[in-house]
Amino acid sequence: MKKFIAILAVLTMVFALVACAAPASEAKGVKIGVILVHDENTGYDAAHIEGIKAGAAAAGIADDQIIWKYNISEDEKCYDTAIDLVEQGCTYIFSDSYGHQSHMQQAASENPEVVFVSMTGDQAALSKLPNFKNAFTHTFESRYVSGVVAGMKLKELMDAGTVTDPYIGYVGAYPYAEVVSGYTAFFLGVQSIVPSAHMDVIYTNSWYDPTAEAEAANALISKGCCIISQHADSTGAPSAVQTALDAGKAVYCVGYNIDMLSVAPNAALTSAQNNWGVYYTYAFKAALAGEDIVTDWSEGYATGANMISALGKSCAAGTAEKVAEVEAAIKDGTLNIFDTATFTVGGAPVTTYLAIDTDGDFAGDTGEAIENGIFYESKLRSAPYFGIRIDGITELS
Amino acid sequence: MSKKHEVASREPLIRMSKRDGIPTWKSIGVRLIGLALALIVCAVIIYSLTKLNPLKVYAAMFKGTFGTNKRVWVTIRDIVMLLCIAVGLAPAFKMRFWNIGAEGQILVGGIAAAACMIYLGKSLPSFALIVVMFFGSMVAGGIWGTIPAVFKARWNANETLFTLMMNYVAIQLTSFFVAKWENPFGSNTVGVINQMTKAGWFPPVFGQMYTLNVIIVAVLTVAMFLYLRYSKHGYEIAVVGESENTARYAAINVKTVIKRTMAVSGAICGIAGFIAVAGASHTISTSTAGGRGFTAIIVAWLAKFNTFTMIAISALIVFLEKGAIEIASQFDLNDFVSEMITGIILFFILGSEFFINYKIRFRGGKKEAGK
Repeated sequence: MKKFIAILAVLTMVFALVACAAPASEAKGVKIGVILVHDENTGYDAAHIEGIKAGAAAAGIADDQIIWKYNISEDEKCYDTAIDLVEQGCTYIFSDSYGHQSHMQQAASENPEVVFVSMTGDQAALSKLPNFKNAFTHTFESRYVSGVVAGMKLKELMDAGTVTDPYIGYVGAYPYAEVVSGYTAFFLGVQSIVPSAHMDVIYTNSWYDPTAEAEAANALISKGCCIISQHADSTGAPSAVQTALDAGKAVYCVGYNIDMLSVAPNAALTSAQNNWGVYYTYAFKAALAGEDIVTDWSEGYATGANMISALGKSCAAGTAEKVAEVEAAIKDGTLNIFDTATFTVGGAPVTTYLAIDTDGDFAGDTGEAIENGIFYESKLRSAPYFGIRIDGITELS
Repeated sequence: MSKKHEVASREPLIRMSKRDGIPTWKSIGVRLIGLALALIVCAVIIYSLTKLNPLKVYAAMFKGTFGTNKRVWVTIRDIVMLLCIAVGLAPAFKMRFWNIGAEGQILVGGIAAAACMIYLGKSLPSFALIVVMFFGSMVAGGIWGTIPAVFKARWNANETLFTLMMNYVAIQLTSFFVAKWENPFGSNTVGVINQMTKAGWFPPVFGQMYTLNVIIVAVLTVAMFLYLRYSKHGYEIAVVGESENTARYAAINVKTVIKRTMAVSGAICGIAGFIAVAGASHTISTSTAGGRGFTAIIVAWLAKFNTFTMIAISALIVFLEKGAIEIASQFDLNDFVSEMITGIILFFILGSEFFINYKIRFRGGKKEAGK
């Protein structure tokens, strides 16, 4: 009896908490759910947040039509969050990180009336789910341009005799195609100016780890790298480079997503950037018009989905002109980033590459990426698939 | 003042003494007052920080937990998960064996379940696979729990530190397997396991995804209640917990009881890992346990090892968590505000336990103060 009363008491406590409840009304029309892996403090998520806000403004979506979910890890929390957003009446749900994908796909298969977009994902077409989409900008284009900026600086350093070995470094997050495609594009951009350049890559195994990124940058600097670029989301590497530069080392950096001049005013040359607003504007407008969003969306410089940030004061003379020239060539299609004439593997040119090569579990492992000597990135699907390790680049970890 | 103080007596301003007992209605009263105070303090803080109507915030918490049918089920899923771990911890804590290692025991159970899904998913029929996963997780968790118990029984190793450190070993082990099973390669996440075949997933029962979770935990809860209350083992656990010397005098083999009880405790936590992987997340990561191994300690203690009381405590804590997430999202607040609210409420609940167990007397006062 005593126990029963005790249980009753605790239950009363629960209901005391919930007594003052009111049923909620569901909003009508388009409602957007946003799942972000971090928050506005990381460059990558900040770029998405900016893009979503710009897209909403352009398409005429009000603030209260968007539900934001920050710091959603790449595990079952993503699925739970997606389901909860559906429960809150969301009709379109966007997730911004690659690891969210399989959980988004799961939610999509269970909620056919809601559209799920896994940004940077690669499974939408393979899943055959009509309400599951992927989107990715041509980041490799902006990386190539940022590589040209780095190449100009490298040439200046070598011409001045400050640097004799054209040795550069790259801090990557994970060893998969998205990162490989990015650093290769950057490297080819550098090589377009300094053909003898060579590069080392260190992985941090995290999208956002300021300490690990700074350590990786320091390791590369101590090995003799004079330019450090990155595919990771913090300001760890640029800060480390700025510190090394202040200590008298001739070393500069190229960032990603956000302008690094605030943390590395002298060391930062530029940052490769994505303007996600181009996609979000397209997707939101399609949503409002009731039109289907394409399964694989991918656009780049030509439509303004990619760019580089303002050039830092340490950039070599003539950089702006060179950048304008390269950008124009990318826009009009005369410059192809992954031209097989510009790189080799084991000393030989690459002539064939299976693009959609998953782990072997999926059907449809087809798709020749190379046509007429050009490796067309993000053409067969939006997510990058350039996974070739070319000559001149060494992965250290 | 100070002179008078020395002359009068050396009695301190406030004295605490342990109560001999407290009527049930009084203990309930204390708890209700504690909860009311918690809500008032939260309301003051919410208003002063955000200028939001606290009633609206509490309403949002309710909506976040029970707002829709699916939310109710997710809430139930999380309640039974927490309950399962607390049920697992109950025998260990009743024995005064400080098992801080539930987190690790859940993870190794989860690893075992995920391993079965990955390696046997194609070869075993679904029912057999789930049975294998169940026993695999149970054994894995049981072994993980027994290791510190053996060291405690044989060399009197400190079980608090030992079980705690076993958590870190389990986390590293999980990282290792996540790297081994990552899909796709390089992503450092396992993703949803057997997404296409759903092999090893709990099948929907009565049209609900999480029914089996509830059934398994309900059986465990009743079984553990009976085990602790009516079995010879349960009696031995209670005696060892009260006094090891008494237990020895009563010819109870203390070492055996310690090992056996921790095997049971770890096994149930392992089953919790199995439920987490097969019945909820369908993936494995270092956050599979998600701190619930520690939260469950609060549940077990507040419930005084009564597994039925644990249901209500688990419900309260999950309600607070869910509600907190909803507030953060609905009012565009940071997650930390919601954690503050949870913290304040738990603080007052734990505080009311103090007033139930102790009475406070002020110097010179004849009446009991406090409650």
